[in-house]
Amino acid sequence: MSHSVHSHPQLDVQVERKFIPKQKDLGADVTWAKINKDVLKSLEKPRPVFWVIFFSALALFSFGVYCEVYQYQNGMGVADLNNPQVWGLYIATFIFWIGMGHSGTLLSALLHIIHADWRKPIYRYSEAMTTFTLLTAALFVLVHMGRLWQFYYVVAYPNERWTWPNFTSPLVWDATAIGTYLTSSLLFLYMGMIPDLAICRDNARGARRALYRFLSMGWQGTDRQWANFKVAYMTMACFLMPLAVSVHSIVSTDFAVSQNPGWHVTSFPPYFVLGALYSGCSGIITLFIVLRYVFRFEAYMTQPILNKLIKMTFAIAMVWTYLDLIEYATTWYGSDEVAKADLIYRATGDYALQFWGMIFCAMVMPFTLLIRFVRHNYVVLLIISLILNVGMWLERFQIITPTFAKSHYPWTWTAGWWPSWVQWGIVAGSFGWFTMLFMLYCKIFPSVSMYEVKEMVHEQNMEEKALAAQTDVHEAGLVPEMKGGQA
Amino acid sequence: MKKSHTLALYADMDEAANALRELKSSGMSGFRMEDVVVKSPIDHPELSELLGPRPVYIQWFTLLGVLLGPTTGLVLIASAQASFIYQVRGGRPVVPLPPDMVLTYELFILSGVLMTVLATFVAMKLPGNRSPLYNASVSEDKIGILVKADPQSIPQINEILGRHKPLEIMGDQAR
Repeated sequence: MSHSVHSHPQLDVQVERKFIPKQKDLGADVTWAKINKDVLKSLEKPRPVFWVIFFSALALFSFGVYCEVYQYQNGMGVADLNNPQVWGLYIATFIFWIGMGHSGTLLSALLHIIHADWRKPIYRYSEAMTTFTLLTAALFVLVHMGRLWQFYYVVAYPNERWTWPNFTSPLVWDATAIGTYLTSSLLFLYMGMIPDLAICRDNARGARRALYRFLSMGWQGTDRQWANFKVAYMTMACFLMPLAVSVHSIVSTDFAVSQNPGWHVTSFPPYFVLGALYSGCSGIITLFIVLRYVFRFEAYMTQPILNKLIKMTFAIAMVWTYLDLIEYATTWYGSDEVAKADLIYRATGDYALQFWGMIFCAMVMPFTLLIRFVRHNYVVLLIISLILNVGMWLERFQIITPTFAKSHYPWTWTAGWWPSWVQWGIVAGSFGWFTMLFMLYCKIFPSVSMYEVKEMVHEQNMEEKALAAQTDVHEAGLVPEMKGGQA
Repeated sequence: MKKSHTLALYADMDEAANALRELKSSGMSGFRMEDVVVKSPIDHPELSELLGPRPVYIQWFTLLGVLLGPTTGLVLIASAQASFIYQVRGGRPVVPLPPDMVLTYELFILSGVLMTVLATFVAMKLPGNRSPLYNASVSEDKIGILVKADPQSIPQINEILGRHKPLEIMGDQAR
């Protein structure tokens, strides 16, 4: 910190000026050449723990595939799915994965629109997370059907029987929304990667070079290409934000347009969207810590950036908490007695442990983010980010299962219903599938955006230059320090 | 007349900007500023300003996408509903507009995105072949100025580019 004392000739006062340097998101040693070197190195030599994570994920995925094949051959009975428990863990986990994807869009699209530069080193992997979580979520649509071969019934296509999907059904909206979101996210991810793929092309050899050459499509970084690229990227970001909101709103209509107790709630769409952002932000913190270590991204995934991410997560957690409590309040003070009974059942019945677990993990635990030690200790923060997501998964579980267990008609009650090992196996397999795809992506494609981090460095340098020039002018006495009582 | 190309590489953005300024003010015949291309690892609006207007038309294609997508989508959905002759609607409309708006909205976004991507690739001339004068260092930390000009103007252009501390000047054969 530097101090300088300036006296004002007219006011005869001394003004002490303290220059408190702004905490920078990137260190001063980050140069353009270093960015290329570090990120390209991450594609070749991650830490050995990469393989531990990858093969553990592969093993988990293989177990999930085994469970799915077993269910396919023996029918949905082995999953313990029957009326009224028709969705079980599959749809709870489907919502969880859809939600996880939303923060990728928040980081990459919304923060891009408002020019929040701190997103630049971390948005690429968040976008990849969005794409792979959507791919994982889409699997559950198929898995929960049982009859996999009939999945095309949700797709609108002309057929000889002149039958069409029910376009007024939220399930068809779901399929369309997820298809749109997946397509758009994938294109957004790919478009944003083109300049970096060209860097990879210029530095790779063998099969990798062929792959990058094909994917970079001859990008040369010309001024015309950049001008078009910037407009297109901003336009796509503007499309993605409302799309992300619409997708999870539509997922919430799967519940909200039905008459089931606990689901027929007006605040469900914003509640779902915020829940999605919350779990997604926690997921981004988890992956931040993992990638930082595994791929040696310490210079790019820095504490100031993590602090901002944590603040954003905390703010979203608080809004989500408010919406969750308001949902309980409207049910409690409303006139729907069955919904009220359902709420009491959730808190005191067979699934009370999950309910209070959700309250603790997703509502109480975010407050630990206010502790400096937690924010700066990556092991503790990793554990807390995982706990937050356990809380969000429990939230999805306890939206679905208790409502099906005790609905309007007592003869359909299945109090105490618990999913079979097949369901748990497929859910575990989905985590393996996501982790496997994500780690593979990070090993093949740059998970830190090289050109955007270069932009950050360039802007930081320009700011420093401007500040230095301003300081020189002041020190040379060319500009009066204070004039007419104003600085 | 067949044109020749020359590429100068700069380590410093200010020098590259000065080179562009001098090229622009030289009033030389045999080349046009529209044929000058800057290649850089990031977007440099400061340099683009010196090159003159480089209009972008992508947004018009996006507009076309957002108009055509939902219109076509709604017509397809409504016509599918209208042709589903076995349905019993119990007095409700055969083509219910409010719920159809959900899918129409999704198609609005999808067609907007697809048209934007398509227009971008056309505008960026991708996929395409790299220029023979491409240098890999422009994807790392150097700035390249590529000039297309009449062969007889190339020496004079090289002289101007050479006055601003280039790391390297490369040329190609007349083509």
